[in-house]
Amino acid sequence: MRLELVKRKEHSQAMALLSPLIAVSLTALFAAIIFSVTGHNPLVGLYKFFIEPLTQQWSLEATIDKATPLILIGCGLAVCYLSNNWNIGAEGQFVVGALFGSGLPVLFPGFENAATLPLMLLFGAIGGALWALIPALLKTRFNTNEILTSLMLVYVAGLLLDYLVRGPWRDPGGYNFPESRIFSDAATLPEVFGGMMSLAAPITIGIAIILAVVLAKTLKGFEIRVMGESPRAGSFAGFSAKGLTLFSFALAGALAGLAGTMEVSGALNQLLPSISPGYGFTAIIVAFLGRLNPIGIIIAGFVLALSYIGGEGVQSAMGVSNEIASVIQGLLLFFVLACDTLILYRIRMVTKHAKSGEASHV
Amino acid sequence: MFEAVLLTVITAATPLLIAAVGELVVERSGVLNLGVEGMMIMGAVIGFAVANQTGSGSLGVIAAIAAGMAMSALFAVLVLFLVANQVATGLALTILGIGLSGMIGEAFIGVPGLDLQQLYIPVLSEIPFIGPVFFQQDALVYLSFILVAVVAYGLFRTRIGLVLRAVGDNHGSAHALGYSVVRVRFAAILFGGACAGLAGAYLSLAYTPQWVENMTAGRGWIALALVVFASWLPLRVVIGAYLFGAVSVLNLHAQALEFDIPSQLLSSLPYLATILVLVLISANRRLTLVNTPACLGKPFVPDR
Amino acid sequence: MVNKAACTGEEVAETGSPDHDGGPPTRRSDRETLLNASGLTKRFGDILANDRVDLVLNKGEIHALLGENGAGKSTLVKMFYGSLDPDGGDISWNGRPVSINNPAAARELGIGMVFQHFSLFEALTVVENIALALPNPGNMQDLAKRIETVSRDYGLPLSPADIVADLPVGIRQRIEIVRCLLQEPQLIIMDEPTSVLTPQEADQLFVTLQRLAKEGCAVLYISHRLEEVKRICHHATILRHGKVVRECDPTKETAASLASMMVGADVASVSSGEGEAQVGQTRLTLQKLNAPAATPFATALNGISLDLKAGEVVAIAGVAGNGQGELFDAISGEMRVAADMVLLDGAPCGNRSITWRRKQNAAFVPEERLGHGAVPGMKLSQNIVLTRHSTGDKLVGGGFVSNAGASNLEQRIKKAFDVRMSHDDPEARSLSGGNLQKFVVGRELDRQPGILVVNQPTCGVDAGAAALIRQALIDLARSGSAVLVISQDLDEIFEIADRIAVISRGFLSAAEPAAQMTRERVGLLMAGGAETQGEVA
Repeated sequence: MRLELVKRKEHSQAMALLSPLIAVSLTALFAAIIFSVTGHNPLVGLYKFFIEPLTQQWSLEATIDKATPLILIGCGLAVCYLSNNWNIGAEGQFVVGALFGSGLPVLFPGFENAATLPLMLLFGAIGGALWALIPALLKTRFNTNEILTSLMLVYVAGLLLDYLVRGPWRDPGGYNFPESRIFSDAATLPEVFGGMMSLAAPITIGIAIILAVVLAKTLKGFEIRVMGESPRAGSFAGFSAKGLTLFSFALAGALAGLAGTMEVSGALNQLLPSISPGYGFTAIIVAFLGRLNPIGIIIAGFVLALSYIGGEGVQSAMGVSNEIASVIQGLLLFFVLACDTLILYRIRMVTKHAKSGEASHV
Repeated sequence: MFEAVLLTVITAATPLLIAAVGELVVERSGVLNLGVEGMMIMGAVIGFAVANQTGSGSLGVIAAIAAGMAMSALFAVLVLFLVANQVATGLALTILGIGLSGMIGEAFIGVPGLDLQQLYIPVLSEIPFIGPVFFQQDALVYLSFILVAVVAYGLFRTRIGLVLRAVGDNHGSAHALGYSVVRVRFAAILFGGACAGLAGAYLSLAYTPQWVENMTAGRGWIALALVVFASWLPLRVVIGAYLFGAVSVLNLHAQALEFDIPSQLLSSLPYLATILVLVLISANRRLTLVNTPACLGKPFVPDR
Repeated sequence: MVNKAACTGEEVAETGSPDHDGGPPTRRSDRETLLNASGLTKRFGDILANDRVDLVLNKGEIHALLGENGAGKSTLVKMFYGSLDPDGGDISWNGRPVSINNPAAARELGIGMVFQHFSLFEALTVVENIALALPNPGNMQDLAKRIETVSRDYGLPLSPADIVADLPVGIRQRIEIVRCLLQEPQLIIMDEPTSVLTPQEADQLFVTLQRLAKEGCAVLYISHRLEEVKRICHHATILRHGKVVRECDPTKETAASLASMMVGADVASVSSGEGEAQVGQTRLTLQKLNAPAATPFATALNGISLDLKAGEVVAIAGVAGNGQGELFDAISGEMRVAADMVLLDGAPCGNRSITWRRKQNAAFVPEERLGHGAVPGMKLSQNIVLTRHSTGDKLVGGGFVSNAGASNLEQRIKKAFDVRMSHDDPEARSLSGGNLQKFVVGRELDRQPGILVVNQPTCGVDAGAAALIRQALIDLARSGSAVLVISQDLDEIFEIADRIAVISRGFLSAAEPAAQMTRERVGLLMAGGAETQGEVA
C-alpha cells in the first residue's frame, strides 16, 4: 500500500480555505512536541505562545505593532509571488526605505512642519522602490536571477545602515553610541485610537484593502494573476512580463520602504544599527500563509506577530530560547507549503493489486 | 605576506566550494534547492556541538553531514512527494535552519572550539611557500578537491551521472524510459544536503573554530550563485569559489594595510561581487541556456 | 476529408511506394503469435481508459492500432511498454504469461517503443541518448561504432556525437528507431511516427518497417493517417472509448470505412462552399520578414513574404519545428520585428503589440491550447478576458473587469461552438482537448475578426471537433475575412486551403493555388525546396 497524488480537475475552493488552518494546527502540534522534548509543559507553552499575548492590553498593542510591518511587506510580496517574481529582499528594501525616510529628520532636523511626516513616508516608499528596482532591472535587462540578487542586496543594505549610524549619521550629541539623533515630534508617527496603535496600523489596513480590490476586480489584478500562472498566456494577452516585473518589485519595495519608515518614525524614533527583527523574511511566511491574498495576509500577519510576542513570553516565563519563534515560523511555512498541495491534488491510498501471471522478468 | 593571503583564501574558499559542488549535483538533477544556507548553518551548529561534546572533530563532521542530509530530506519530501514550490520550500528550509541552529547553538555561544587535525604531508610540507600552501592544509581542504574531481568524473563519465543529467534535462523522457525521477532526485538532494552540512562543519570547526549565531552570513546563497557562475560545470566551481574566497578575505587584509575605506564597504564586496558575476554570466543568454538543466525548478508528477 | 485523402493516396503510390520494392505485403496468416493480451483494463479515477481489451500480435506483422484521440491507444501501448500497470487482464509473450512492470523489463523482453513526442534528451549526444535505453551500453566508443553501423545498415544514418538539440525532427525520430533496433527487438511500438515527417521521409520509414517485418519483427503502428495504414499494415485493431470495436484487414477497407469505424458514425465532410473563393483586398502582408533565433533551440525566420487576402484561406504546411511558432509570434506581435515586415490592411505594425493588432480586427489562435491560448487554472469566462480585454467588447471599464460581461460571452461561445463541460464555467484545464480547442477558436471567431491566424487548428482534437473547427474557418473566409492556417496536417490543408505555402527551416515558399499543388510537391518543398525558393526570392 502506498499514497499517491492525484491531480484534481480544478482547484479545490474548500482546501484553499482549509489549508492554512490545517497548517497552523500542525505547527501548534509540532510546537507542543518541541516544548515537551525540551522539558516543558506543552500546554502551558502553547498557551503562553499563542494565547496569552492576546489577553493583555500591552501585549495586544505590541502584537499590532509587529503585525503592521509584516502585513504591509507581505502585501507587496504577494503581488510579486502572484506574478512569479521572486523578491526575497524585502528586508533590504525595508532598511533602505527607512534610510530614505530618515534622511529628512536626520540631515535637516530643523525642517519641522506638517509636511515633514508625509514627505518622510513618500521618500521611504521611493527608497524601498528604488532598492527593489535594482534586482528587477537586472532581471529584465540581463536575465539575472532575482532571488539571488534581491537577497544579496539585503546584506548590502544592512551594511549601509551600519555604516551610516556609525559614521556620517551618528548623533553628534550621542556619546559616540551608534545611533542617529532622535526624531522631532513632527517626524514622529502619531498614535491613534487612544494610544492603542500607531497611525501605521490603519494606513496598513487601508492599503491591504485597496490591494485586495485591485487584485480581485481590476485588469491589473487579472494581469498579475495571469502572468504568475502562465507567462506565455500573459504575453498572448498583450501583457508585458518585463513591465510587470518592474511594477511588482517597485510596489513591493515601496510598501517595504514605507513599512521601514513607519517603523523608525513610530516604534524606534531613531535609526539604530539594526532596525528589524527579520520582518522582511517573516513577511514571506505571512504572504504564503495568507494565500497571497491581502485579506488573508492581514490575518496571517497577526498570527506571525503573535510568534514574536509569544517567543518573548515563553522565554521570560519558561526559560525556553526565544529562537523557538523562528523555529515555529519556519515550521509554519513548511506546513503551509505542504498543505497547499491539497488544493490541486488529492491524496489517494493505493493498494497494490494482485498481478495475474508470473513475473518472469525483473 | 602573499603566502599568508593565499592561506586565508583557501580557508575562505573551501566551504563555498563544498556547498556549491553539492548544489550543482542537485541542480543537475533538475531541482533548485534554495535552502543551502539553512542546511549549512545546521551543519555548522551540529558539527560544533557534537565535536564539543565528544571531543572528536571527525564525529562532528559526520554529525554535520547527517544534519545537512536530514534537512535536505525534509525539503525532498515536500518538493518531490508533495510537489511543493521549490523556491518557497527552499526559503522555508533556510528560515527553519537559521531558527533551529540558533536554538541549538545557544548553549555553545562563547565556547572555544577544537581545531581539526591538520593533515601535514611529510617532506613536501617542508618546502618553502609550496609546502604550507599545498601540503599543510586541514583534511577538509583536500577532501573538497577530491569531491570536485569525483563529481566531475561521476557526472560526465559514469552511467549514474548520465542518468542524473538525463533526469535534469527531461524528466518526462526519463520517466518514459523507466527511470525513477523521484528516486534520482531524492538521492541528489541528499547529496547536496550532505555537502552543505560538511561546508557548515568546516566553518564552525576549521574556519573560525567556534559557534557564532548566523555564522554562515550568506555563504549558502553565494554557493548558489557560484553554481550559476560555473554554468553547472564542476571544474568552474573551483575557479568561482577561489575568486569569491579572495574577495571575502579582502576585508581582513585591507584593514591590516590600513586603507581608508569603510569596513562595511569591504564587507559588502562579496555580495556586490555576486551580483556583478550573476549579471555578467546571465547576460550571455546562449551560454546560460545551453547549460542550464532544462527541468530546473519544474515540478514532476508522473501520470499513472 | 476522406475524399481528398483517397485521391492523394494515388499520387503517393506513383512516387515509388515501397510496395513496389517489397512486393505486396504479406497478409496476416500463418505466423506464430508473439503477444497475446486479453481483458486488459486500466482505469484513471472515474474514467475507464481501457475496458477488457483483447489484442493478438503475430510475428512479422505490421499491426495498426486505430482510434480517435482519447480512445485508449496510448494507454494500451504504455501497458505493453511497462509504463503503466494494468488494473486487470493478462499479457502473454511468446506463449508465456508475463508481467511487464517497467520499461526496462519491456526492453529486456524485446519490446521497443518510438514515442510520438519522443523520449529524447536535448542536451545530450546521440550516443548518450541511446545508451540510456540499453541495459548494458558498455564502452561509449564501442557503442558509437555500433550505432554508426546499425543506422547505416537500415538506411537511417546517424552521427553519434551530435547533440540532439541541434538535430531536426526527422533525425530525432531516427535516434528513437535506432535505439529500438540496437535492442534487437521482437516488437516495435510506433506512436504516430509519420506526423513529424515529410511524405518522402515517411516513404523511407515504410521501407525500414517492411524490412523489419520481413525479418520477423512485429510492429504495432498507431496512426491517424488511414491511407498509410492501408498501404503498409497487415491487420488493424480499432478502439473506441477504451474498447475494441472491430478488427479488420485495412487493405480491404477504404479510408472512409476505417474512419467511420473509429468514430462510430460517418464523419461529416467539410464543405468549402461552391466555386472559387471570392478574393478581396489584401488584409495581411509579410514583407521580407526576418527574425534571428531568440534561443539556441529556436528557428530563425528568413525573408518571409506573403499576401493574405480577404475571403481566402491560405495554409502554411511544414514539418514541426521549422519556424511555425516563430512565424506565428511575429504575426501576432508576441515577437516584435521591424515595422514594415508585417502590415495589417497596409498599416506597418511589425513593432506593434498584440493588443494593437487585435484592435485592428485581427485575431490569433496559438498552437498550444493550455498555457498559451488559455490559462489552465482560470475559468473559461476569465480566459475570455485574456484576449478580449481591449477589443471593444466592454469587458473592462475604468480598469475594472466585468465578470457579468465575460460570463455572457462565455455562454454565447459555449452554445455557438458546442463546447461541452461538466458544469458551468469550469477551469480551462478540466476541458478535453477537443472542447478546449473549440473554445479558444470560438473565442476569436465570436468577434468576427477580419483577419484570423491559426496555428495547428486541430492538432490532437477528435474528428467531430476537427470537422466543426475546419468548417468554421472556411465559413469565416467565405464571409469575407482573411484566414491564415499553419498546419502540419496535409489532409487538413488540402481540405480547407485556397492557397498553400510551405515553411522549411524558416524559409517560406510562394503560396500557390491549392488546386495546382500536389502532395509530392508539398513534400519536396517541406524537405528543403522552400529554402531554395526562399533564397532565390
